[in-house]
Amino acid sequence: MPIFSPTEIAKEKVGAVQDYSLLAGRSLANIFAQPRYFADTLLQADSVGVGSLPIVILTGFFTGAVLALQTSSTLQQFGSLSLTGKLVSLSMVRELGPVLTGLMVAGRNATGMASELGSMKVSEQIDAMRAMGVDPTKKLVTPRVIASVVMMFFLSIISDLVGLAGGFVISYFLLGLDASQYWTTAYQALRFGDVFMGLGKPVVFGFIIASIGCFYGMSATGGTQGVGQATKQSMVAASVLLIVSDFFMTRLLMGFFQY
Amino acid sequence: MSSLAPQVEQPESRISRPDAPVITFENVEIAFDHPVLENISFHLPRGETKILLGAAGTGKTLILKLALGLLKPDAGRIIVLGQEVTQMREQDLFELRRNIGMVFQESALFDSLTVEENVAYRLIEETGRITDEIHARVLEALRFVELEQTVNLFPAELSGGMRRRVAIARAIITHPEILLYDSPTGGLDPVTSNTIIELVVKQRDVYQTSSLLVTHRLQDAFTMASHYFDRQENKMVPAVDGNVRDLHNKFLILRDGKIIFEGTAAELLRCTDPYIREYLS
Repeated sequence: MPIFSPTEIAKEKVGAVQDYSLLAGRSLANIFAQPRYFADTLLQADSVGVGSLPIVILTGFFTGAVLALQTSSTLQQFGSLSLTGKLVSLSMVRELGPVLTGLMVAGRNATGMASELGSMKVSEQIDAMRAMGVDPTKKLVTPRVIASVVMMFFLSIISDLVGLAGGFVISYFLLGLDASQYWTTAYQALRFGDVFMGLGKPVVFGFIIASIGCFYGMSATGGTQGVGQATKQSMVAASVLLIVSDFFMTRLLMGFFQY
Repeated sequence: MSSLAPQVEQPESRISRPDAPVITFENVEIAFDHPVLENISFHLPRGETKILLGAAGTGKTLILKLALGLLKPDAGRIIVLGQEVTQMREQDLFELRRNIGMVFQESALFDSLTVEENVAYRLIEETGRITDEIHARVLEALRFVELEQTVNLFPAELSGGMRRRVAIARAIITHPEILLYDSPTGGLDPVTSNTIIELVVKQRDVYQTSSLLVTHRLQDAFTMASHYFDRQENKMVPAVDGNVRDLHNKFLILRDGKIIFEGTAAELLRCTDPYIREYLS
């Protein structure tokens, strides 16, 4: 008997992609079907949104600050230190705000969802739910997907704002830039395409984070070890998928807005 | 044949014909890495309790999960309450499952919900909240398992035996047509096990609910076969006064994924199959 069979591995991977696609599709289709779990959705929104706020604020602020700090020496060489606001603004809104917020939320919530649903799966609570005539994708997955999508949108806006604030602190106090110059260049640099990119990406990231977290949780097997494995895999898969999808979305939107 | 089981009018089926078996397995097979169930065929008549016995890993729990449609067989047909679950979509199964109660091996209570919310889970799904009527029904179900006082506790605050009893209350609150018990006494001490079996017997004799019961404990199986619930005394009593009683119990023994025996307790005790003799000893 071979140690591993490439065919079996390929089948397993294709099967996992199929299962994920079905779960993700159902979680979206459930939005238009009864019953709707508003209370569960609000609870998840609180957990994902309010719960992630401190890490998103801290990450956003210091990313903006370090961005201003790192780029200042290069900009100074070209005599363009006044463009710090523009650089921080474009970088945060188009790229770093959504991506870093996505990674933070994935680290906190995709893993949380995977471990919570995984524990329910291995302790037969999900089977019990099905046995009582309740659809676990409606009750557990769809509220998490809706909450993550909506909250990622707002968390990214907050991250962008505090990132700009972080960049301002460095620019004003360390680099000696004028406050109005910083905010004016930061504001004027943004075009519709930048804002669209910055607000569109978090919606997709929110969907990826929740659907991946729920998928690994709902597929957990093998007791506590299986839950640990599912949690770890959800973090890795959500982060990688988030960055890969970011690349493709950026390319697509850059083409669309003719950058 | 006289039955000393309480004469309670059997609830009318919400789905199937009254004379049809509530569960039918026809040549059911399922395999994972290796065949687990092979050519399983049996039926569960209305009002009967079938006790599934067999060594660990012979597929007893699988039979319950297949009956509920939680798993699909590789081959064969499963008909529950007149509907072929093997052909049904998951969405359609949710409706059918509302007529079936299941007690899971480890209770499977929702650990973030109170006992009341757990027991009322199905009803809350329909109404969205705990109404006065639902609260009264929860208390009634908890009274049946003698755990009224735990209504506001969380599962983590209960002992193993109490959790099983709450799981029974959760399964019976909607008065399902079929009850599936997956090792309801597994891992419990003899006294608690006896309490659980008494509840199963009470459900069988008071409500005459059709049931499949998986157990590893022969003692539980024979207790069920030799006792009935006396409603006057409000307790389980042995059926040993010489009267012939129909306790609506049948045994079904599995070995290596196949059924090797199906019959009554008396037939089981007379069976000469060497494996069964060894199993019983």
